[in-house]
Amino acid sequence: MKGISMIKRLSRFFLLFAAFLVFATQKAHAHPQSSAYLTLHASTTGLTGEWHLALRDLEDAIGLDVNDDGSITWAELLSRKEAVCAYAQSRLHLLGDGQMGSLRVKELLVDNLSDGAYAVLRFEVDGFQRPRRLEMNYNAFFDIDPKHRGLLRLDHDGQIQLGVFSPTQPSQSFEFGVATPHNPFFTFLKEGVWHIWSGYDHILFLLALLLPGVLLRRDATWQPVADMRTAFVKVLKVVTAFTVAHSITLSLAVLGFVHLPSRLVESAIAASVVVAAFNNLVPIFGEGGWMVAFGFGLLHGFGFANALRDLGLQHGQLAVTLFGFNLGVEAGQLAIVAVFLPLALSVRSLLFYQRFILRFGSAAIMVVASTWLAERVLDFKLLPF
Amino acid sequence: MTLCAFRKIVVKITFLLPVVFPATLLQAEPYLPKDGGQVLETLRSTAFDPVEHEIRALRARLTAEPGNLTLACEFARRCIERSRSQADPRYLGRAQAALVPWWDIPAPPIEVLVLRATIKQSQHDFTNALADLSLAVRLAPRNAQVWLTRATILTVLGDYAEARKACLPLAQLAPGPIALTAVASVTSLNGEAEGSCALLQRSLEGNTPASPDEKIWSLTVLAEALERLGRVSEAEADFKKALALGQRDPYLLGAYADLLLDQGRAQEAAELLKNESRADGLLLRLAFAESAMSLRPVSCDAHIAILKARYEAGHLRGDFVHQREEARFDLHLLGQSSQALRLAETNWQVQHEPADLRILMESALAAGDRAAAQPALDFIRKNRLEDVELAKLARQLNPK
Repeated sequence: MKGISMIKRLSRFFLLFAAFLVFATQKAHAHPQSSAYLTLHASTTGLTGEWHLALRDLEDAIGLDVNDDGSITWAELLSRKEAVCAYAQSRLHLLGDGQMGSLRVKELLVDNLSDGAYAVLRFEVDGFQRPRRLEMNYNAFFDIDPKHRGLLRLDHDGQIQLGVFSPTQPSQSFEFGVATPHNPFFTFLKEGVWHIWSGYDHILFLLALLLPGVLLRRDATWQPVADMRTAFVKVLKVVTAFTVAHSITLSLAVLGFVHLPSRLVESAIAASVVVAAFNNLVPIFGEGGWMVAFGFGLLHGFGFANALRDLGLQHGQLAVTLFGFNLGVEAGQLAIVAVFLPLALSVRSLLFYQRFILRFGSAAIMVVASTWLAERVLDFKLLPF
Repeated sequence: MTLCAFRKIVVKITFLLPVVFPATLLQAEPYLPKDGGQVLETLRSTAFDPVEHEIRALRARLTAEPGNLTLACEFARRCIERSRSQADPRYLGRAQAALVPWWDIPAPPIEVLVLRATIKQSQHDFTNALADLSLAVRLAPRNAQVWLTRATILTVLGDYAEARKACLPLAQLAPGPIALTAVASVTSLNGEAEGSCALLQRSLEGNTPASPDEKIWSLTVLAEALERLGRVSEAEADFKKALALGQRDPYLLGAYADLLLDQGRAQEAAELLKNESRADGLLLRLAFAESAMSLRPVSCDAHIAILKARYEAGHLRGDFVHQREEARFDLHLLGQSSQALRLAETNWQVQHEPADLRILMESALAAGDRAAAQPALDFIRKNRLEDVELAKLARQLNPK
């Protein structure tokens, strides 16, 4: 008897919001669900990381809106910094080869992602050096939202591993294999060479500058240079100018004196290739090829710096890293010159070279680089490289 | 001469900067705010929000007594309502959290069962939601909410025969307008569109008391049915009546925006949605509207980028809840028809609403894969679904 009246009462209670719910189907236009982004970087010296926690989640978990006015200001977040750090530390447990690690927060920043503002904790892990086996247990926000997901990105040895933490899978473990004690100088030397060879924009820029290297412009036509020496000097000037210029900006950027956003740099680099190739068709800089190399070399240096930063800077070994990478870039670039120059010298007298290779080569470079420029400026992908 | 050449280079570089700079504005990088007063996040539109206040008070009480069934259900109910009015699934997650002690029990108390089914349904877990409801029907056959939720899910799945059956008990268990709207939302898709509209119109003209939310629901079902029949101006009038009731209803906004977009009234759609950048579905329609405007506003690209980032974040999480919306995004904003078709086909495996049919047919047409639209054509014929837009697409797919 009592049971029936209970059900009756409940069904009345539910009926009150029947119309609410019946309509609350998947038709609802959802916001994104709650996510946090955890990036870990394992290097020879240890483990560093960055954790993006949504302010809305932190508000529900520990309270950020101190004055309760419905919005979270920077001052409010700062005043709760201790609590944010303590929350993060208590919700992420790291075990390196069985040793407990602890998060040491170095910086609290803010980031705006597509679904709102996030607190960003930059941290180092104390308690172990680079482990062979890393076990992680993540339990942020699961108690207030079982639909929360922790999205993990783990970088180690140039590899990226992704993982998702959920209430049913709060733990993940990763094997790094045996860490080979490597010399950062040679590692970054190799990376430098590889960056030039795999970065088609740098190769095409160099080619655009080198193509007219075995020619001289006289009376609005291209003439082959008389002797090898002239060609060498010309190419040497271009290569040196490029080297000096990008070394300057690479160092400035890596040492933290100048910072440009990578998309801006990448777009400008693509533009530099277009201009360098265009200069071969319609000379705008006269015989000042080396000046072009210098001016735009400054830009390419910023590109190298971003690439080096992506590889992960070795703290404490910055000079060695920078020097190794830069030398690698030069070596990679010289190798290209060494292949190109003899070839070009041997065919420089052919009308085919002056008419066809120079013009069509430059035009082709322009087309490719213009496409890159569009891709980078508008942020879409057309070319596979 | 050298100086001149150098200057030219500098001029060239500075000339290029303004061209590439706007693209970098969207680039997200963590930063250190300079001003303590800078607002980082807005939690609600007004400083004091009574609903939010109540939710927080309930949460505080629940934290003290996590196993309290009444409190947990009340909190979950509030959160579910909130998730709907704000179109924010974070609240669904919060609701689920409150029900954790009962979440994995096969036969929890009936009130938990209904809430659990509602949450699962909202997360597109239709199979488990229906399983919960089947149990609930046996435990509480006179609970109107159970039958309503069941009818809704079956309608979304396109199982109209079963949905009609689920509506039958409502005639006795629910107030007239609710029962009628529930039935009409099925029959208007199932060969009786004209009759359903007439019924709804009569019910709305009658003086049966109904809450604003119930009225909005009836008016929206009616407007959508009229729109499918091609009676656009009547549909618009009903949408406007629903909007005039002054309740925030993201679904209504989206449905009306769709009508405006179909009528080529992008400017009005953009005006309607200009402040709705938080909910994905409304932001998507705002981006549609902006990209269709003759003077494409600058915000359009930013909105497209935000949507793209959100879908990507969803993929990372392993969420496949918004495949229909993402297919529309791919087809109409990115022009990627084959990718859109792939999503529309996977979405079709799960749900069968008119919008699901439409994106399947549109992307099949765009991708030049007519055979892919065959399931949609069969569905329309089998269920006698009346919809002028779908009929137009069907003619394009089967020109005879």
